[in-house]
Amino acid sequence: MIELTEIFKNSLKLIFSLNLDLLEIIFLSLKISFFSLLFSCMFGLPLGSLLAVSKFFGRGFLVLFFNSMLGLPPVFVGLVLYILLSISGPLGSLELLYTPVAMIIAQFCLIMPIIVSLTKQIIEQMTEEYDELLKSLRANTRDKIMTVLWDSRYSLLTCVLAGLGRSLSEVGAIIIVGGNIAHATRVMTTTIALETSKGNLEIAVALGFILIFISIFINLLVSILKEFAEKVSYD
Amino acid sequence: MIKNIFKPLHNNLNLLLPIRFHNIYLKLDNNFFFKKLSFEINTNGISVFIGSNGAGKTSCIKLLTGLIKPHSGSVLFSTNNKILNLIGYVPQKIILLRRSVEKNLLHTLSISNYPTNKKKRIKEILKFAKLEHLAKQSARNLSIGQQQLISIMRALAIRPNFLFLDEPCANLDPNTTQVIEDLIKIVSKSGVKIIIVTHDVFQAKRLANDILFFHNGKIIEHTKTKSFFKNPKSKEAKDFQKGLLLK
Repeated sequence: MIELTEIFKNSLKLIFSLNLDLLEIIFLSLKISFFSLLFSCMFGLPLGSLLAVSKFFGRGFLVLFFNSMLGLPPVFVGLVLYILLSISGPLGSLELLYTPVAMIIAQFCLIMPIIVSLTKQIIEQMTEEYDELLKSLRANTRDKIMTVLWDSRYSLLTCVLAGLGRSLSEVGAIIIVGGNIAHATRVMTTTIALETSKGNLEIAVALGFILIFISIFINLLVSILKEFAEKVSYD
Repeated sequence: MIKNIFKPLHNNLNLLLPIRFHNIYLKLDNNFFFKKLSFEINTNGISVFIGSNGAGKTSCIKLLTGLIKPHSGSVLFSTNNKILNLIGYVPQKIILLRRSVEKNLLHTLSISNYPTNKKKRIKEILKFAKLEHLAKQSARNLSIGQQQLISIMRALAIRPNFLFLDEPCANLDPNTTQVIEDLIKIVSKSGVKIIIVTHDVFQAKRLANDILFFHNGKIIEHTKTKSFFKNPKSKEAKDFQKGLLLK
C-alpha cells in the first residue's frame, strides 16, 4: 500500500517537474493524433456525406467495408501496414517504417472508418428529414451535401472529437509500425506499455494520469459543445 | 401593391397551362396504385384535390412536383421542363432547416438562384407575413402556425408560377387557418396557379375554383366547385360530403 502511494507521489512529481522526456512523448502523441485526425476528417467527412446522400455503383460495398473496418483489431492493421512498409514490402522504398508518418497512417486507417460511419449516420438521418424539401427545391448533390453538413455541424464536431479520443488511446497498431523508439516514435500509450513491462510504474502512471486528463478534457469539450449547440443550432 | 410581391417571375400562366397527367401508372408497395390515370388541369385560380386519406391526393401532388416518378406515363406542363423551376411546394409535414427564419428563406432563394436582391426579398416577405420580429429566431422553435406560415412564405419567396400545398391547414387552429386561407386567396389573385390537397370539405368549398375528387387512386369527379357541392355526380362524392365512411 505504501509502495502504491509512493508510485502515485512520484508520478505526480514527474508530471509537475515538466520532465523533458515526458513532454516530448506527450507532444509527439498529440502531433500524431492531430495529423491522423486531420487527414481522417479531410477524407472521412466528404466520403461519409457522399455515402449518405448519393446512390452510386459500389456504394453498398463501401458502406460494408467501412462498417467492417470499425471492428478491425488495431494489431491487425499494424501488421498489414508493417508488411506493406517493411523494406521487402511493396511500399518499402518509401522508408516509412518506424517513423511518425507510419504511425499517422496506422491511426488514419483506424480513425477514418469511425469518421466515415458516424458522418454517414448523422448525415443520413438529416438527409432523410430534409429530403422532400431539398428535392422540391431541385437542389443538386453539392447543395444537398452543403445544406446537411452545415446544419449538422455540431453533431459532426462531436464525431470528430470521438475520433480524437480513439486516436489518443491507440496502442496496438502504432507500436508495430512505430517501433516505440525513444525520441523518435515513442508516444504516451506505447510508453505506458513498455514502462509497465519494465516495472517503471511511475512513468506509466504519470502518462496514465495525463491520458485520463486529456480524456476528461475531451469529454468536457463535447458536453460544452452540446450545450452550446442546443443554444445556437436553432434545433 | 401588396399583391405584387407574389407576382410570378415569369408571369405568363396561360402559356404554362394545362398540366397534363397522361396514362400514369404508379406503383406503391409493389401494387399499381394509379392505373392509366389521365386528367388535365387547365384553369387558373385554385384547384383542390379532395378525398379521404389514402385516396391518392398526396401521391398526385408529389408526381406534380417531381418528388416521385411514375412507373409509366407522364406529367406534362404545357411547354418545357424549365418551368419546373417555378414551382413552390409546401409538404404536409413542416420541414424547416436548423436555422433562423431569415436564413431558411435565404437558403431557398440561394438554391433557386433567385435573380434579384435576396435580402430585400426576405424583408418584404417577412413584412407581409408580419413575421419581421421573428427574423433572427430559430424557425424550428416557433409555434406550428408560425412554422406553417414560414413554410408557405418560403415556397412563395421564389415567386413561383405554381404553388402546391399539401394539407396546409392540418393541425392548425381556426384563426391561423383563416390567415393562411386569406394568404392563399391573395396569392391566387397575383396570378399564381394553386393546387391544394385537403380532406376538409369546408375548406375546399371556401377556396376552390375547381375540384378533383379522388377515391381509391382514381379521379371520380373533376368539376367546378359549385357544381361539385350542388350536384355531385357520384355516390362516393355525395357520401364524402355528408361525412359518411367510404369503401
